[in-house]
Amino acid sequence: MPKAKLPRKSTNIDMTAMCDVAFLLLTFFMLATKFKPEEPVVVKTPSSISEIPLPDVDIMLLTVDEKGRIFFSIDNKLKRKALIDDVDAERQLGLSEAQKNAFALGGSVGISFSQLKSYLDLRPDEQAETGKSAAGIPVDTSVLSPNNELAQWVKSARNTNPKLRICIKADGDASYPNVKKIISTLEGWKIFKFNLITNLKAVPAGTAAYEAKNKVAASE
Amino acid sequence: MAELDTSSGGGHKKGPGVKKGKKLSTRIDLTPMVDLGFLLITFFMFTTTLAKPKTMEINMPYKDEKLTDDQKNKLKASVAFTVLLSKNHRVYYYEGIGDDANKAPDLKVTGFKAKDGIRDAIIAKKKMVEGLKRSGALTAKDEMTVLIKPDTTSTYSDLVNMLDEMNINDVKVYAIIDISDVEQGFIKETEAASGVQ
Repeated sequence: MPKAKLPRKSTNIDMTAMCDVAFLLLTFFMLATKFKPEEPVVVKTPSSISEIPLPDVDIMLLTVDEKGRIFFSIDNKLKRKALIDDVDAERQLGLSEAQKNAFALGGSVGISFSQLKSYLDLRPDEQAETGKSAAGIPVDTSVLSPNNELAQWVKSARNTNPKLRICIKADGDASYPNVKKIISTLEGWKIFKFNLITNLKAVPAGTAAYEAKNKVAASE
Repeated sequence: MAELDTSSGGGHKKGPGVKKGKKLSTRIDLTPMVDLGFLLITFFMFTTTLAKPKTMEINMPYKDEKLTDDQKNKLKASVAFTVLLSKNHRVYYYEGIGDDANKAPDLKVTGFKAKDGIRDAIIAKKKMVEGLKRSGALTAKDEMTVLIKPDTTSTYSDLVNMLDEMNINDVKVYAIIDISDVEQGFIKETEAASGVQ
């Protein structure tokens, strides 16, 4: 019996289609991406059922790590220059123009005013390294205390941009007194409304919030 | 498809003196390009933040030193529910305000758990306030009020969990208040009585 001859097929595949798909996806991700802002410390935020998204612009972010160190940042690069000018003028820090520009380009700060001058002289990569081991912005329970440097930052930031929304991103293991100090500082400036950044978790079944949510879903 | 095949040369004939250039295929191996494409996709997939972080809005009670005691709203003890947050995510709660130092309130201890946790206590209290409203003991304006008092050993996650319970159970009126020495004492007594560290 003659053997059926299988025609030998080339193993070369046309890659064009695959290439098309790959670049289509690439374009999507490039356009949809928004880079994670550089974080000075890793913070594990607690979860809540709240679904309010973080606003895009005009945010003042106060990061608190598990040891209670406080880092301060505002998102708007243009306002950072005005902010540091304001802080410099009020606290007589004597920063040079180059140091101010370094601040405007930098990220979160978690350093006291006394060390700020030398900190801003460092190269950006050294700044990031020093920032990790920084002691955090000094804070106090009273807003008027001169040691409460966070109060100064908050005040200057609100001078430069009154629309700022204040967001606190604190680690779940941060002890309450540390967070309390921030809250009382904000209260001292008559800020009673602010946001806490949390992860999203599912609404537990059988609760009031669960029923309210399902009622809305059913009526839609 | 996208590949151009020029191997079947249809160009004009060159003269005898003209050397024929060797015809090269224009087929390109696209594999490295695909590799690069997927590498970049992977990079963007990992760096992207598609899910925006969620926030929880809180409103602190308005504080003003000029406000005298008469101007402040007095809270009825029957609608009040006090929650004390303590160490190791323990939660103490009692009904009422607990301003009487001589008579210790009936402090109960629980935690953030699905069953018999603080949630059930809040729901029970809420039902009780509703019942009082129906029977006319409370006016329609009265709302159950939760006083959240974190002590110095509690963590931020306790506070967020507690605020979350307020949202979950639809408690409209709540406030974060400093813990008083009296209440610190209550916690100590309860700890001593139940022998927990």
